[in-house]
Amino acid sequence: MKTFRLGKNWLYLPLIAMAIFYLIPMYVMLVTGFKSFAEVDLQTMWNLPKGIHFDNYIEAYQHLAPSLRNSFVMVIPSAIISSLLGSLNGFILAKWKFRGADVIFPFILFGMFIPYQSILIPLVQFMRSVGLTGLLGLAIAHIIYGIPITTLTFRNYYASLPQELLEAAKMDGADMLGIYRYILLPISIPSFVVVLIWQFTSAWNDFLFAVVLTGNQDWPITVALNNMAGSQIIQWNVQMAGSLLAALPTLLVYIFLGRYFLRGLLAGSLKG
Amino acid sequence: MFKDKDRYLSVILIMPSILAVLIFIYAFIGWSVRVSLSKWKGLTPDYTFVGLKNYLSLFSDPRFHVDIRNTLIFTGVFVLGSIVLGFLLAVMLDQGLKGEGFFRSLFLFPMAISYIVTGVVWRWLMNPATGSRISGLNLLFSYLHLDFLINKWHTTPTWGMAAIALAAIWQMSGYTMALYLAGLRAIPHELREAAQIDGANEVQIYRHIILPLLAPVTLSALIILGHMSLKVFDLIVAVAGKQLPLDVPAIYMWQTTFDGLFYGRGAAIGILLLVSVAVLIIPYIVYTQKTEVQQ
Repeated sequence: MKTFRLGKNWLYLPLIAMAIFYLIPMYVMLVTGFKSFAEVDLQTMWNLPKGIHFDNYIEAYQHLAPSLRNSFVMVIPSAIISSLLGSLNGFILAKWKFRGADVIFPFILFGMFIPYQSILIPLVQFMRSVGLTGLLGLAIAHIIYGIPITTLTFRNYYASLPQELLEAAKMDGADMLGIYRYILLPISIPSFVVVLIWQFTSAWNDFLFAVVLTGNQDWPITVALNNMAGSQIIQWNVQMAGSLLAALPTLLVYIFLGRYFLRGLLAGSLKG
Repeated sequence: MFKDKDRYLSVILIMPSILAVLIFIYAFIGWSVRVSLSKWKGLTPDYTFVGLKNYLSLFSDPRFHVDIRNTLIFTGVFVLGSIVLGFLLAVMLDQGLKGEGFFRSLFLFPMAISYIVTGVVWRWLMNPATGSRISGLNLLFSYLHLDFLINKWHTTPTWGMAAIALAAIWQMSGYTMALYLAGLRAIPHELREAAQIDGANEVQIYRHIILPLLAPVTLSALIILGHMSLKVFDLIVAVAGKQLPLDVPAIYMWQTTFDGLFYGRGAAIGILLLVSVAVLIIPYIVYTQKTEVQQ
């Protein structure tokens, strides 16, 4: 056993090698962003910057500021609303089963996995016909297509709570809404954090819905960044800086709330 | 039991969500099927029934054949790569080394980033230029005297998709690592100790005890990653734009519908994607719901 223990330190070698693999794109994004326009060159992209410059970030920000704002305006309310709906659904499906609740649940779950190409044409036609284009339509799409995963996460959490908790409250005369409001909501905060992070990240990172439902006035960040990268006029160094700006909000959430992020991730594989 | 008032209230409260799912998922799928059986091509909807014509013309369409080949290459490289890498990372992190949390966070952070950002950055890393204009990873390889690794990345004929899959592995292998790590942590320590007492070495323990116990995790990973690779779209658009050698069904659907206005064909591709995802996912949902009931 002892020799084996000693031998385990060699594992740092592959671990560090893999750490480098994961960090390479971050390195390029950061290093390029801090270079001055004069020293930016594809042939020296691995070199460290000579001093700290903000040229790239400033120019990228000038291009992307409106779409960053669009993303925030659209993502925050849709994350909050779909989390609230998920919590209510989860509560009813786990603790207040009506007849057929267990039949309905798998049908809701399936919606989590469908390729959105299979509903894209009706979605666009429908949203146009009711006049819900732009950011509002996009937010509604994120709320509705977020229902399966938010419902799943909350249902799994509420199902794990002992039934006695509810029975006791019922003895005291609480009705359904009272139980939800005063017993379940207060202890659901961690689940809310998980679901909010998850919804924030997936709506922020979405491209497909955004590109069909918004025009260039209300492009969110993913569409704006992709168009910036596709244009011949904007240099690659500005694209790199723009990529970092686009990734920053979700990265910060991950850095500060990574634990909750991981829980959302595992819930998404139905094993939460 | 519950009061009747509460019973009605619960149904009323969940109704909006159920209706939304019913309309935006199931009714829309039905609507797509109807479009896919129509000859709609152009700005105004035309639901004239043409039977399976759109599907049949796809099956004999060389572009769709390329799409299927590309999807198979992408799925093979991406799923296998993410599972093997994720498993190895999880096993290494499960050894109780110092700094485990740091490495775990590091391997997982790409999950927080959008495919578009990943695609834009990898597009410059996988720059295929050669000679004096060499850059990106190829330049790094030449610094390190690993010239044999220099390649044309996603512009390689036929296997270009494997380069896209590499970027996808970068993004998603942390996810499989997290799945496996959770699985490893759930295996009771007594099992390993008992095997050690019986004289099994580390490799034997992994092969005969841990791997079989992790089979359900592997199944989940296979299905989740497999269904993701059928849907791949953003990443390819960001790395390569829309070009035929890297075409996949999702991009074809996009172009034929919104650029070519051939709604009938676009809907048919969408429905074919749905069917291939459903074949994977429906048994999985049934299986997980059943095991849940047993627990």
